[in-house]
Amino acid sequence: MEKEQQQADILLVEDNPNDAELTQRALRKTDIGVHLALARDGAEALEYLLGGQHKPRVIFLDLKLPKIDGIEVLRRVRADDRTRSIPVVVLTSSQEERDITECYKLGVNSYVVKPVEFEKFYKAVGDLAIYWLILNKSPL
Amino acid sequence: MTRLEDVEILLVEDNPNDVELTIRALQKQNLASKVFVVRDGAEALDFIFATGTYAARNIENRPKVILLDLKLPKVDGIEVLRRIKADDRTKHTPVVMLTSSQEERDVMDTYSLGVNSYIVKPVDFSNFVHAVSELGIYWGFLNKLPY
Repeated sequence: MEKEQQQADILLVEDNPNDAELTQRALRKTDIGVHLALARDGAEALEYLLGGQHKPRVIFLDLKLPKIDGIEVLRRVRADDRTRSIPVVVLTSSQEERDITECYKLGVNSYVVKPVEFEKFYKAVGDLAIYWLILNKSPL
Repeated sequence: MTRLEDVEILLVEDNPNDVELTIRALQKQNLASKVFVVRDGAEALDFIFATGTYAARNIENRPKVILLDLKLPKVDGIEVLRRIKADDRTKHTPVVMLTSSQEERDVMDTYSLGVNSYIVKPVDFSNFVHAVSELGIYWGFLNKLPY
């Protein structure tokens, strides 16, 4: 876990180093001064949220993750009073109906399929950050 | 007028100026032809649950997003949200609050009820148009639905 001095705006839960790097670069490009915390598997994410009592303004959550998968992370985030209202956006390459339906059942705020193309992925991450940090109002 | 079965964005808004501005902003994204406007909470519920004047509508044709004001005549936004999220037929439809209220209580209450997103209407005209336009892109194109 990369420790942040300041409370993070976004918790990115992503095990693929390329996607994590690309996401970080896209966020820097937005000029909105995003403070990002990165968790590389589901256990780290839960430790950060429930153990560390951090409250990011939004969570970008991959589904296929080592140790604890994204669906289970979502379930536990929604089951805990301290984290249940934090907006969660699933950001994944899965287009499986089953994953999409399960995430909505568990109360995901939004489900975004990672564009395969580099440029589009880059743009989508920027749009996501602007939407969830500038436009959307998260609960305190 | 959008055909009832083709509605992609349901706008629940009683202020005619805000309706006008919202539609104009959505026109920029070519989404205006998919918008349907209802002007109070009771009409919103009739549309969403295909009852009353909307009884002939197929409830299975769910919009991609519902833009919901809080302060509404007849039935308020919180109650509309509560009913949408309490019913298995409608709970997966994304609901975005689009309101002038910045009250923490409204924010907390709506998130507790499962709102997908909460947006405070920008006061400034061009910021309002910009925000709605971003909203349209996000829920119209970027977000993936389970239906």
